[in-house]
Amino acid sequence: MCMRKPLYVIAAGFAFALTGAASATDLPGLGKPVSEADLALWDISVGPDGKGLPPGSGTPAQGAMIFEQKCEVCHGKEGFGGKSAMLANPPGKNGRTMALYVPTATTMFDFIRRAMPWPQPKSLSADEVYALTAYILARNKVIGDNDVMNAETLPKVQMPNRNGFVSRYPDKH
Amino acid sequence: MTSKRVTRAPDSPDVARNGLLDRRALLGRGIAIAGAVGTGASITSAAAEPLPVDTWSLAPGSPLPAYGQPMKYESKVVRTLSNPNFEPRTSQARTPHHLLNGTITPSGLHFVVARTGFPDIDPAKHRLAIHGLVKQPLIYDLEALARYPMTSQIHFMECGGNSAPLYNKDPVQANVQAIHGLLSGSEWTGVRLSTLLEETGIDPKAKWMLAEGTDGPSMNRSIPLTKALDDAMIALYQNGERIRPEQGYPMRLLVPGYEGNMNVKWLHRIKLIEEPVMAINETMQYTYRVAGPKIWQFFFPMEVKSFITHPSPGLTLKGPGYYEIAGLTYSGNGRIAKVMVSADGGKSWGQAALDAPVLPKALTRFRMPWRWDGQPVVLMSRAWDEAGNVQPTREQLYAERGAPKINVPVTAFPMGHMNVITSWAIDGKGEVKHVYA
Repeated sequence: MCMRKPLYVIAAGFAFALTGAASATDLPGLGKPVSEADLALWDISVGPDGKGLPPGSGTPAQGAMIFEQKCEVCHGKEGFGGKSAMLANPPGKNGRTMALYVPTATTMFDFIRRAMPWPQPKSLSADEVYALTAYILARNKVIGDNDVMNAETLPKVQMPNRNGFVSRYPDKH
Repeated sequence: MTSKRVTRAPDSPDVARNGLLDRRALLGRGIAIAGAVGTGASITSAAAEPLPVDTWSLAPGSPLPAYGQPMKYESKVVRTLSNPNFEPRTSQARTPHHLLNGTITPSGLHFVVARTGFPDIDPAKHRLAIHGLVKQPLIYDLEALARYPMTSQIHFMECGGNSAPLYNKDPVQANVQAIHGLLSGSEWTGVRLSTLLEETGIDPKAKWMLAEGTDGPSMNRSIPLTKALDDAMIALYQNGERIRPEQGYPMRLLVPGYEGNMNVKWLHRIKLIEEPVMAINETMQYTYRVAGPKIWQFFFPMEVKSFITHPSPGLTLKGPGYYEIAGLTYSGNGRIAKVMVSADGGKSWGQAALDAPVLPKALTRFRMPWRWDGQPVVLMSRAWDEAGNVQPTREQLYAERGAPKINVPVTAFPMGHMNVITSWAIDGKGEVKHVYA
């Protein structure tokens, strides 16, 4: 099966050279070369190591103001009681909020930046995303009220559930 | 619970109790019945008047539409919508399996889960970029991709949260559409992702890829590169026509057998990476807390499952006599090997017929002839796949995950790849109810 070939190639550790050589002759070759710089505005993914985090910073206090303007309408005052996902527990409750559940703080930054607010995704500045992430983390007592979130500090946040996950099918990856 | 076919007496067509018939016995019995009609004038009674000629037989029909639609009398065969007023939350549309037959879901009835509805993408401007740990990042427009070698494959698509209502403490009183409707089957046509990755070249450090949509929330998932190179496809066509807007127009990722969310719609970017990005859809959604402190993530293949569509809740039987029990079966790990059906709550089982072809990672239709005697029965089906996986009983599932303690609204059910056996109880009036048996 020709489908399998690249797998064997990877296993042998020669993927780079061999697959590159094949493309010149056997393949349609209709893709246009593009540079990472060309894709800078598209490439908004952030890894657990913080790779992809933009310059900028924000604090819980700054985030609280943005939250009131742009998030409260769906998520409720202080992050609970709204129609959309509960982002912080009401007094006396211990629900599984995003900040208490996901293993990495970068997950929160990545999701807020790409998908929120619901009616205007990708409209927040980097500073705003850092500030909102800081606010939600602080509301869940994952960071302190005066902690500053930026590309340095965010990946180092010790998330309460960072070791909570196991792969369902480890043989599949 | 036995999975063996029950031995029957030589003169009995029953393969299991409560009227399950041998699937090979039908033809012979049909001939016998035809013979009886031909000679038995006494079983018919002529009416006073002959049957009238129907009105549609006495006039021309209607002009042909450019794009045909289902017959007007079928207007109830529609998806159910979880968010009809388009509030700021996820929208789900469920497939009405109790009103369909066969294995291909009409494209307009294919299930949908969308975080913010579907985008209006101009196909002339849409592009797919492949970058990251590659030798040469490349970008493709639709015109270019249309010239690539293509393949057509039939596969099921299922949401990781499908059938979640089966994990309620008490059996949910809902129909097959509400319980199993986040599942559909299609023929997909497109370009193998491995072909494009051969063109970009692969850095040996790459072990995963990020797939991202160009919809508002830019849904993203991490996918093992082994799957990408095995059978993943950039799908451009669904059931012969361009992919429907809710399904990812103009292109979606197809990772056959893997949970629906990984088949990223409105695909515009693939980035080869070393480690998964831990996107929200793989660390909060599509995770599952099992008994104890651990949470499962990276489920990937949808596990072997079957359920009976006919009869099912809402399809009341019209008195004793012959019926066909029919249902859907599939596995994200390959072909279905066999389906067993029970009409006595799992005490005795008979093997169902599988409609050919039985394709890997595709919906397969199973059928079992049945003569109902009018007494209460409990119908169940159970599937085995070619990889040796067996659809679990409720007891087996509880042993692994713990028994459910609460009843919750259907939309709040966890996304746990629920594949336990479904049971339908039929009472003496022919009404069908969801039960735990």
